[in-house]
Amino acid sequence: MKFTGLGGRLYRGETSINIIGARKKWYALSGVFIILSIFALTVQGLHLGIEFKGGSAFTVTTISGTVEEARSVVASTGYTGNSIVQTIGNDKIRIQTGVLEPAQSNAIQDALAAKFGVSVESIDTQNVGPSWGEEISKKAFQGLIAFLICIMIYLALTFEPKMAVAAIVAVIHDVFITVGIYALVGFEVTPSTVIGFLTILGYSLYDTVVVFDKVRENTRSITSTGKSTYAQATNLAVNQTLVRSMNTSLIALLPVAAILFVGAGLLGAGTLKDLALALFIGLIAGTYSSIFIAAPILANLREREPAIKALNQRVAARQGGSVVVEHSRKNRKKRRK
Amino acid sequence: MSFENRSYSNNQRNSGDAKKARPARTLTITVLVTAIFFGVSAAIGATSINLGLDLRGGTSVTLQPRLETGQEGQVTAEAIDQAVAIIRQRVNSLGVAEAEVAAEGAGTNRQIVISVPGETGRRVVDLVGQTAELRFRQVLLDASAVPSVDDDKLLEGSQLTAEQIATFKALDCTKPESTLGSGGDDANSLIFTCDREGSSRFILAPAQVVGRDIKGATAALDQQNASGWFVSLDFTGDGAKKFGDLTQSVVDLPSPQNQVAIVLDGVVVSAPRINEAILGGSAQITGSFSQIEAQDLANVLKYGSLPLAFDRGEVQQVSPTLGNDQLVAGLIAGALGLLLVVLYSLLYYRALGSVVIGSLLLAGLHVLLICLLLGKWVGFTLTLAGIAGMIVAIGITADSFIVYFERIRDEMRDGKPLRVAAETGWQRARRTIIVADLVSVISAVVLYIVSVGSVRGFAFTLGLTTAVDLIVIFFFTKPLVSLLAKLKFFQSGAAWSGVSPRSVGIATTSNAGKVA
Repeated sequence: MKFTGLGGRLYRGETSINIIGARKKWYALSGVFIILSIFALTVQGLHLGIEFKGGSAFTVTTISGTVEEARSVVASTGYTGNSIVQTIGNDKIRIQTGVLEPAQSNAIQDALAAKFGVSVESIDTQNVGPSWGEEISKKAFQGLIAFLICIMIYLALTFEPKMAVAAIVAVIHDVFITVGIYALVGFEVTPSTVIGFLTILGYSLYDTVVVFDKVRENTRSITSTGKSTYAQATNLAVNQTLVRSMNTSLIALLPVAAILFVGAGLLGAGTLKDLALALFIGLIAGTYSSIFIAAPILANLREREPAIKALNQRVAARQGGSVVVEHSRKNRKKRRK
Repeated sequence: MSFENRSYSNNQRNSGDAKKARPARTLTITVLVTAIFFGVSAAIGATSINLGLDLRGGTSVTLQPRLETGQEGQVTAEAIDQAVAIIRQRVNSLGVAEAEVAAEGAGTNRQIVISVPGETGRRVVDLVGQTAELRFRQVLLDASAVPSVDDDKLLEGSQLTAEQIATFKALDCTKPESTLGSGGDDANSLIFTCDREGSSRFILAPAQVVGRDIKGATAALDQQNASGWFVSLDFTGDGAKKFGDLTQSVVDLPSPQNQVAIVLDGVVVSAPRINEAILGGSAQITGSFSQIEAQDLANVLKYGSLPLAFDRGEVQQVSPTLGNDQLVAGLIAGALGLLLVVLYSLLYYRALGSVVIGSLLLAGLHVLLICLLLGKWVGFTLTLAGIAGMIVAIGITADSFIVYFERIRDEMRDGKPLRVAAETGWQRARRTIIVADLVSVISAVVLYIVSVGSVRGFAFTLGLTTAVDLIVIFFFTKPLVSLLAKLKFFQSGAAWSGVSPRSVGIATTSNAGKVA
């Protein structure tokens, strides 16, 4: 496999992708994405599911029924608010309405059952009160904050405080981009989507941890050896873990893709599809950010330390005034010694 | 690099230390322990996983407690406890097997989740959403627990309609559902009900004083007169006036009309006789109370003074057909996800991929085992989101193996033979895996704590599976790789071994020969 050969070359530094050196490019790219996300969020906003704004949804299994019939059934019960009627798969009709009183909801169930010749119990119904969304949004937000604090403390203790900061920045970046894509495309946001978002946080960090672990290993005695700048050492670490990151992300994406495929294909709408879609988008953003955002930000943060500044100057002098990451062959020789 | 060389020689010494690692023994123990646990779970009858309502059909209602509009004060934890108890009684009155009422969340921020399998949706929804309020009603009539021939005599001269008389005659307080409360008592009309013990039937007047008129209630022991436990009761300014009027109007009436019943959720808690008009806003209820009885009554009065209304946060009625569809979809997604991961592992790691498959299977068995045992012990139920959590975890579990395998390859690229690389690679990968898995577990725990309903199921299985991943990689994957690394097939770097010079990306495997 060509890919595995690449892994070896990246590890030894024979092939080096200058990721840290080109960090301004990645920052700019992510900056554009984030501005686009904010723009989409403010202009279009998120398409919230009934769980957030309150409302009812009825799903009837019928082969012969049409959307028009369903719509007229709902109107016949005296409900005058907005309703969205759509077909799911080839034998289901889903009717979504505004907030209903239990009596109204029962009336619609009865009318649908009578019209399409099914029992009332076979109609899947979901009624959500108007204040429910506020409650779960509040909880999701609390969860987000609690999570970020826990992780920040944990990473600061296990790694370095600056790694914790860089990792958290990358996570916030991922959430922004994922939410932005949701606003831009207009995917529906349900509680399952929110679970997806929150899970991304965990995964994005997992990925970053793998990269940072290698960065730490490569930079542990960097000031005493003085052979490469912090950026160069970090870049090598990123390159060395590149194949691993690709692999772990791909393998994490495979089951998510399976859920997305089955959820969207077999069930139409619901928990599985919403969850998997958020995870799918978030996982890709997470992989990108661990490599192109977290590691460069870490380099930036560390380069402000006096010891690292001094090191960089020393190395720059030795490498002939250039701090460009061009150390691949030297590195290889060092290893062979 | 001198640093690399130093650690290399150290590690080599470690790996030569036969006492430290006995992969074959660890592996045997792991497999045996798993088998024993399965035996145990079968022996105690934990043989099936409880499926959530979204997988088998049923109704779930999530209630959000809130104060009635215009109410002062706060929702207290005790008030929610009482609300849960009231709703549990109401749901039990339906007589549906396996109905569950649980409070989720923490403190005053709890939701009450009611799950009822089968097709009783509407009745449940109607039943649980009503406000449970404490009410004081004048007793108009009390009678024996069961309908009797004396009923007609008692009802003689009453102004009840024929319909009301029929209702009263049909009431049987020995039936359990009669004493459980239905929340259907209308404050402004007559009610026909029983006491909590099911020992008498009552006809009660419309409520004149309600829970919110009470300021506080305490149980105390009368030490002066040695007359035992009593409950003292304080009314608000407005309440004092209303209670004064009520007591004044009934005090001179013949029994039982001089009694005022304390009614919670439509059931009589106590019906003390009024000895004098109580105008000062503070009353004492005496009787032959035990300490517990007095405290119970005081609690009812105190927390009943804060009537909680319930917002129907979410009502979900899932038909058995959809439940089954979701279960099937979840299983298909799981199988497909597993298949993709297995194929990828085999493609990329060749023979080493079999280690991934073995480890995933073992992890799957452990998760199954834990679900069985938790289902038996704490009533754990698997929901669709829970299944999704497990499927997502397949990828995260497989990630640990990749971190390890890539480390082995890294070590081989540094010139170490496979047998050594398997050990030194592990020492490096171990840390990464622990940290990364802990991050996942922390996120699952936080998700679990702050969430309700289906989110919890997802967080739970995700956290569980990640924890299982740690066990599997330490006690199965690592020992297995150590064993395989001794095999000639892998050491010689055979083309399909996954550690051939070509897949690792090194020139030769001459080193392997030396060590073997």
